[in-house]
Amino acid sequence: MPAVNLLEVRGVSKRYGAVVALRSASLTVAAGEVHALLGANGAGKSTLVKILTGVIRPDAGTIEMSGRPVRFASPASAPRAGLAAVFQDPSLVPDLTVRQNLRLTGADPAGVRRWLAAMDLGVDEDDLAGDLPLPLLRILDLARALAREPRLLILDEITAALPADLVERVFHVIRRWRAQGRSVLFISHRLVEVRTICDRATVLRDGADVGTLVLAERAEQQIVALMLGPMAASPEALRPAGPGAGTRPDAAVRDRAGGASAAPLLLEARGLAVSGALRGVSLSLRAGEIVGVAALEGQGQDALFDCLAGNRRADAGEIRVAGRTLAPRTPYDAIRAGVVLVPADRVHALLPQRSVRENIALPLYNRAARWGPIDLRDEGARAGAAIARLAIDTRAQRQVRRMSGGNQQKVVVARWLAAGFRVMLCFDPTRGIDVGTKRQIHRLLRDLAAAGAAVLLFTSELPEIPLVCDRVLALYEGRVVRELPARAADEATLLRVVHGLAREEPPG
Amino acid sequence: MTGPPAPGAAGRRPIAALRAVRRSAWTVAIVGLLGALLAVEKLVHPTLNVFDMQSLVDGALPLCLAAMAQTAVVLSGGIDLSVGPMMSLVNVVSALLMTHATNGQAVLIALGLMAVAAAAGALTGAVIVATGVPDIIVTLATGFVWGGLALHIMPIPGGAAPAGFAALMTGELGSVPSGLVVILAALAILWEPVHRSPAGLALYAVGSNRAAAYLSGVAVGRARVTAYAMGGAFAALGGFALTASTTNGNAAAGTSYTLTSVAATVLGGVSLAGGRGGMIGPVAAALLLTLINTLLTFEGVDPNFSLVVQGAIVVLVVMVAGLVLVRRRGA
Repeated sequence: MPAVNLLEVRGVSKRYGAVVALRSASLTVAAGEVHALLGANGAGKSTLVKILTGVIRPDAGTIEMSGRPVRFASPASAPRAGLAAVFQDPSLVPDLTVRQNLRLTGADPAGVRRWLAAMDLGVDEDDLAGDLPLPLLRILDLARALAREPRLLILDEITAALPADLVERVFHVIRRWRAQGRSVLFISHRLVEVRTICDRATVLRDGADVGTLVLAERAEQQIVALMLGPMAASPEALRPAGPGAGTRPDAAVRDRAGGASAAPLLLEARGLAVSGALRGVSLSLRAGEIVGVAALEGQGQDALFDCLAGNRRADAGEIRVAGRTLAPRTPYDAIRAGVVLVPADRVHALLPQRSVRENIALPLYNRAARWGPIDLRDEGARAGAAIARLAIDTRAQRQVRRMSGGNQQKVVVARWLAAGFRVMLCFDPTRGIDVGTKRQIHRLLRDLAAAGAAVLLFTSELPEIPLVCDRVLALYEGRVVRELPARAADEATLLRVVHGLAREEPPG
Repeated sequence: MTGPPAPGAAGRRPIAALRAVRRSAWTVAIVGLLGALLAVEKLVHPTLNVFDMQSLVDGALPLCLAAMAQTAVVLSGGIDLSVGPMMSLVNVVSALLMTHATNGQAVLIALGLMAVAAAAGALTGAVIVATGVPDIIVTLATGFVWGGLALHIMPIPGGAAPAGFAALMTGELGSVPSGLVVILAALAILWEPVHRSPAGLALYAVGSNRAAAYLSGVAVGRARVTAYAMGGAFAALGGFALTASTTNGNAAAGTSYTLTSVAATVLGGVSLAGGRGGMIGPVAAALLLTLINTLLTFEGVDPNFSLVVQGAIVVLVVMVAGLVLVRRRGA
């Protein structure tokens, strides 16, 4: 590693009122390295990134670039110091064309085109940014940042919304970037990616840096231990009987599978079709079962979940819930039948300015037939029970928007726990959530199933599937191309299947 | 991209001109509607002539300019409830200052007042940006201030404007109504230079998605202040139009233009959420609303009832357009 430190952050802190977002964080990025910034949700990652990019100003601490102290007043001033960022939310303006967006930031269109070409992509510059698919927007954002030729590139969860092949192309570009002696600060929840692309990693916990390590073999366990802290140094097993953290005992699976066939069918779908998205999907969920859906970006999973949740009407096909036909016109119909959705974007599900309790109690008041004042004691009891069961951190409960992503997701689940349901549709519920909370959500889903619910789980993280599910359906181009028992669904197999490769292969 | 192409994306690469028409479909439609209505008027009143055209433009001029003022602000994601009172204030101040002025002096006074109005708009914008108080509240308050000042300066209508200045706004130049020239000049001199500059791009960007614009390094505050300053300048022009058409000052003259300017802006295809639309649409919509009024008056309809018709038309057009948009998105 070169001796010159490109970026040197020392003792940076930030508090919002009484809430300390960042206690004292230090970070060093050398020239020509890809450095990972890791930490559980609420550890202070996003705050540090916001400070580095000038979105917010720190209360204390120093930032130096190549030994010279820098201060950023706004995102506009960070690039002048040789720093460019790709944020979690695309920073392209939807109502402007791509060309106008480039002009807006003074980006060099030729440079952007060159970097897009380096990733084998092109874009019609007269298209409105709002008309482009999300993955392409992220790539465009990346190309725009690269075209500025910054010395330090900050990538905040760039891979979260990208299909696997695009991730590979992004990595290709990052490697090229590093080879030119430039640096990248890489923020991701996907440890596999971090190990693949990064040289070193700094781990944040509770608003402070708790260690920087060189990424080598077996670094993952070390990272997880640092992220979780001394309390959870040894990774908890998902189920007490399990031999390890990563796999479930086959015996348990077989037990469940055996018992499941006798359990009542809770959700059946036959021949669901949506033009341009779904081409005849059939599936069935029994009580006590978690069925996974594995798919690359844009294979119809959105439409499938929308149809089941009543968010969208299918062009063809039939849905039956506990034996009764359901043709939901609105989510209200689906919810009344006991089919509830936990969406990927928590912002869509929550009332951000309202309290945890109100957010949980919301579906309790669906029925207009319930006139009169709200029974606060009943509401409090139901919400309290759900909060306790999910171990929701209620320190910021006055306003849900102040909570961490993982806690917000728990509030969404808690809402349905309090209201009651038969079938829970979880669309990528662990996206952007830290390892600890992820485990809690996995365990929660298993508990729900054990209590007799059925869960349909789409996840963009394939390793989750053998961990949580009983069976898995692979969607490809709007069809179920394979169904596998979860124990056969290791990552390699799933990867082949979701790419539409392993259709002919016998299961197992 | 990877995977199957997004529905509708493949095989539908429109050529640039077609795409431009599609993107400004609303403006095209509203101008078409205006043309159709003019044709109807010609049928109903075969005697329609240049003089009628000119009286239409004269009648519509204050609303056209008010709509332009509102549009500048709405495009940036704001809303300006002080457009009407600002027009009143400019109206009374200009009528007062121009009472004994020559035509030349009147023009100088107008230019000076425009600068002051732009500064007042910029101040409004600065207050909004600095305090974070929502646009609707700050402009409601500044509206009270402007309206109160106007009443204070001229409790009863009075003042005057030189005939030459009045003719400049409401007469005719050659055979063209000078109101049209005023609108085109305002567009060419005030709006287009900004619209085509980075500042205009920033104004649209801030209106479309403020967070994305901020993260892109756009000076969000400056763009919003620019929008309000433009709005102030257009509102001043609207005030002059009132002065010219009545040749006096009246502190209540502009009051109704706040909400009709919003109606014309929406009818002109500008998204109230900001970032989408242009200036031509609202101007055409202002002409359209005025023309409808004129037609109904010709037919002997109670003027109060014609307001009902105007309101119904705004709702109907916006609703139909919304349905068409939804259908196109869904297809």
